[in-house]
Amino acid sequence: MSAIFWKELADHFGSKRFIIFFALILIVAGGAVYLAGTGFAERPDATGPFVYLQLFTSSNGGLPSFLTFLSFFGPLIGVLLGFDAINGEFARGTVSRVLAQPIWRDSWINGKFLAGLAALGIVLSGIILIVVGLGIFALGFPPSGSELLRLLIFFAVGTVYLGFWLSLGILFSIVFRHAASSALASIAFWLVFTLLLFMAADLIANQVAPVSASSTAAAWAKNEQIRETVLRFSPVALFEEATSALLLPSYRGLGMVEILTRHQVPTNPLSIGQSMLIVWPQLVGLIGLTAVCFAISYVIFMRREIRST
Amino acid sequence: MAVVEAIGLRKAYRDAVAVDGLDLSIEEREIYGLLGPNGSGKTTTILLLLGLTEPSSGTIRVLGRNPWREGLAVKRQIGYLPENVGFYDDLTARENLRFVARLNRIPDRESAPLIDDALGSVGLGEVADRPVRTYSRGMRQRLGIAEVLLKEPRLAILDEPTSGIDPEGATQILDLIVRMRNDRGMTVLLSSHLLHQVQRVCDRVGILHRGRLVAEGTLDQLSLSNDLERAIEIRARGLDPDGIEAIRAIEGVIDVEARGDWIRVRGNPPDGALARAVVESNGELIELRGATATLEDVYLRYFQE
Repeated sequence: MSAIFWKELADHFGSKRFIIFFALILIVAGGAVYLAGTGFAERPDATGPFVYLQLFTSSNGGLPSFLTFLSFFGPLIGVLLGFDAINGEFARGTVSRVLAQPIWRDSWINGKFLAGLAALGIVLSGIILIVVGLGIFALGFPPSGSELLRLLIFFAVGTVYLGFWLSLGILFSIVFRHAASSALASIAFWLVFTLLLFMAADLIANQVAPVSASSTAAAWAKNEQIRETVLRFSPVALFEEATSALLLPSYRGLGMVEILTRHQVPTNPLSIGQSMLIVWPQLVGLIGLTAVCFAISYVIFMRREIRST
Repeated sequence: MAVVEAIGLRKAYRDAVAVDGLDLSIEEREIYGLLGPNGSGKTTTILLLLGLTEPSSGTIRVLGRNPWREGLAVKRQIGYLPENVGFYDDLTARENLRFVARLNRIPDRESAPLIDDALGSVGLGEVADRPVRTYSRGMRQRLGIAEVLLKEPRLAILDEPTSGIDPEGATQILDLIVRMRNDRGMTVLLSSHLLHQVQRVCDRVGILHRGRLVAEGTLDQLSLSNDLERAIEIRARGLDPDGIEAIRAIEGVIDVEARGDWIRVRGNPPDGALARAVVESNGELIELRGATATLEDVYLRYFQE
């Protein structure tokens, strides 16, 4: 499997689309962080003890924050590395040649998945390090230990999140014979999860538990609860919740808890262990979704008839 | 021990039977040609031998093992050139082969000389460091053979090795196949629908039709078992008008076809009878040659029905 892993990794880093995308992310992410950083200068009060984390979460001017950016465009990078993983091999006529070598069939997709994950991890860690490095350069003091720890966990969550999209891409690359179909299907899913599901969640919540200005707190709570339940089918929402809790240490809870406590609880930061407790379900959900996607790909691929034509 | 041994092999897909009760036996150091029209089950048979697909019923032993159950052990000793072989276009020929060597757990240090040797054998040594993207179809095919050589397998399975290749390229590939057996002692199984090529290299031929082996044997055996008549070609000038009739009247002649100077006689006339008939009809005999039955004749016989 290591032979496949290293070849795929080399392919990723050598491919033009990867380089183009990487450059694009770097520019946009750099811009977002730069604007966030210049925002600090104007609002000295905005910088708390976790100024490095704020580089990732605060937005200024026209650009969204780094976090928003990652949750929205991250999926495209993940899908990009996976959408032609298997059907591309079929199109090139390399499938039967590779599978005639003494390797297990599953080690092929395992190797491809791990190589994609490694490539995503390298990109993500690279971007985070660049941001932190720019931060040291601009602010003149290093990040604290707990900030680094939070960033490390953020990195892990981000990699899992991108890994979900990678496994979705690989799944479509197995289901669809043509790379174009699987790319389109991936983008359709991306749109559903990043946009449509957020709209649908509001719609469903308002249909099931309509609220108005005169509604009781209980009615609002029910409405919010339904909205959340629908949203949690989306990895995008899971990721946003999880990373908000990680990068905003004063974050008390997600969804309803956050709304209710926002103005009542002093904004003392939580310890990292407490933040982890908050994001744990989201993290497990993300890993679960990734595993489900990968398991389906696995089953389909193991049963697929291998014919070169 | 036979290298390949299949008994009652059957592979049914949901809506079709691709291989239907195939019995196949291939001996060590033999070049065996699997012949049949498109869709006769050649590729499916090969996939079964490689353990890439599971047989519906029947037994199959390759190098004494069950390819479906012991896939890795079998695949380690088989070299496979698929139909329409594909490579990683952005990698060079050498890199493609290195990847295959790694998949076979051959360390780079050991594989480097093997790769050079394999590429040299197929005449790609000069272009080994060019990306495969720039290769012609014939070169790709030869690269596929280099890949087979690299593994030093006991059995080489080549699916349509010459289809879509120009005659010169096909000749090169056929020569390589013969050398695989002669120089490296491999057993070769090749499938094709191109008869004259199979005829040139194969020791034994099996004719596959609708998933069944309808005939098997050396070319001579196949011709004889079919009572294929010999064909004789005569070139003569100035033959009397009734000369053709005189030839047709010879005992054992089945059919005579005249076209210009050439007369093609099918049948089994007694020795010398044809020449005598030509001369007696005042013909000027220029050439007389026996045309052995080609595989094409054998083949048509099976598929015309």
